[in-house]
Amino acid sequence: MRALAALVRRDLRLCFRRPGEVATPVLFFVMVAVLFPLGLSPQPELLAVVAPGVLWVAALLAGLIGQESLFKSDYEDGSLEQLLLGPAALELVVLTRIFTHWLTTGLPLVILSPFLGLMLDYPVQAFGTLVLSLMLGTLILSLLGAVGAALTVGLRQSGMLLPILVLPLAVPVLIFGAQGAAQAARGEDAAAALYLLGALLVLGVTLVPFAVAGALRISLES
Amino acid sequence: MSPSNWTWFHRLASPPYFYRLAGRLAPWFGWAAALGLAAGLYGGLWLAPADYQQGDGFRIIYIHVPSAYLSMMCYMLVAGASAIGLVWRMKLAHAVAVAAAPLGASFTFLALITGSLWGKPMWGTYWVWDARLTSELILLFLYLGFIALHQAYEDPRSGERAGAVLALVGVVNVPIIHYSVVWWSSLHQGSTVFVGSKSDISASMLIPLLTMIAAFTCYFAACLLKRIQAEILEREQNAGWVREMLEQT
Repeated sequence: MRALAALVRRDLRLCFRRPGEVATPVLFFVMVAVLFPLGLSPQPELLAVVAPGVLWVAALLAGLIGQESLFKSDYEDGSLEQLLLGPAALELVVLTRIFTHWLTTGLPLVILSPFLGLMLDYPVQAFGTLVLSLMLGTLILSLLGAVGAALTVGLRQSGMLLPILVLPLAVPVLIFGAQGAAQAARGEDAAAALYLLGALLVLGVTLVPFAVAGALRISLES
Repeated sequence: MSPSNWTWFHRLASPPYFYRLAGRLAPWFGWAAALGLAAGLYGGLWLAPADYQQGDGFRIIYIHVPSAYLSMMCYMLVAGASAIGLVWRMKLAHAVAVAAAPLGASFTFLALITGSLWGKPMWGTYWVWDARLTSELILLFLYLGFIALHQAYEDPRSGERAGAVLALVGVVNVPIIHYSVVWWSSLHQGSTVFVGSKSDISASMLIPLLTMIAAFTCYFAACLLKRIQAEILEREQNAGWVREMLEQT
């Protein structure tokens, strides 16, 4: 446990020393969300209809942008091999790393989403569901993205490959999340979608660390 | 269980043995596929009556249904071979997965194309966001991701193992993707027109369809065996048995 706590502290400290890495996905999220009104039309009625989908697609893409850095710098300076050799189980190390990384890349998106919701005429009374669905959703996306990041960490063109690998797997998250946010916006009960997101998160937390640890071992062998 | 029960399995993992076995089996599957295709197409395009609602347009199912079936079966094959390769470190299993993936992608593409060609006269549009079409499209993306990842690695040994991990993650996801898409499309639009369910189809249409499915499967098996042979040759190009075999011919 102490090793894992030290890992969290180290990752957070590294992150605060390089604030640019935190800011990039957030900026990307805002810009994609702003492009939709410009590309579609500024009518409030139209924006209110598309807002849940736009926010979710933007969060999905921005979350993936952040995933590439998950293991990259550790791979390049060799600390990843030390983690692999270390006493803590690689699966737990991976899970800790994914969560810390989510705190710095996923959580800012969740916090920012209500402000973008205001700009897109998303109803204020549904903000709670929007934030909750994005919180669950970005966690699942971080887990899925970690699989892609671990598989591509040693490759040169990982930036392009990662979304291709992960986006098809992220389809259920997008469907449930955007559906829940849309139902809440119409004043309906969004519990079913949130429960399904929760179930996906539990499944991901259970299975993903093993896949990521296996993928890292393969990446480090080559 | 005596160890001898598993010798056939271990022998399958030996590249020279499998190479010769594949070379012997492939022509049989190839001829079966040719005969089956001829019989199935004759039955489907001449003998079967035109559908009372869809006219002759329904005949595309003789290509569409076998392709769609193989597109899914092949993904299970890729995932199963990947699991065997990762668990038992059997290199030949990875060769099977790598050889099968482009075939699966082609059948998925064929199923999508024939589905959309059928959709134009029936639904009045080439593309409908129907649950089956959408999950088939996502399946194509999964195949392409597998192929892209495998090719991105410079070391083929790591590439095939990385692809195997991805295939296993994908196969856990396939049912979730399918049902989420079903749920999504049922919320977006009312029930879409489907070809009559299996029990409604008359024998004169069903028998050619089953023949076509069997023939496509044989064709798939023949292609797969040939592709595995090519994979083995590429991997074992420096092995002694390959040189011996080439000198004999």
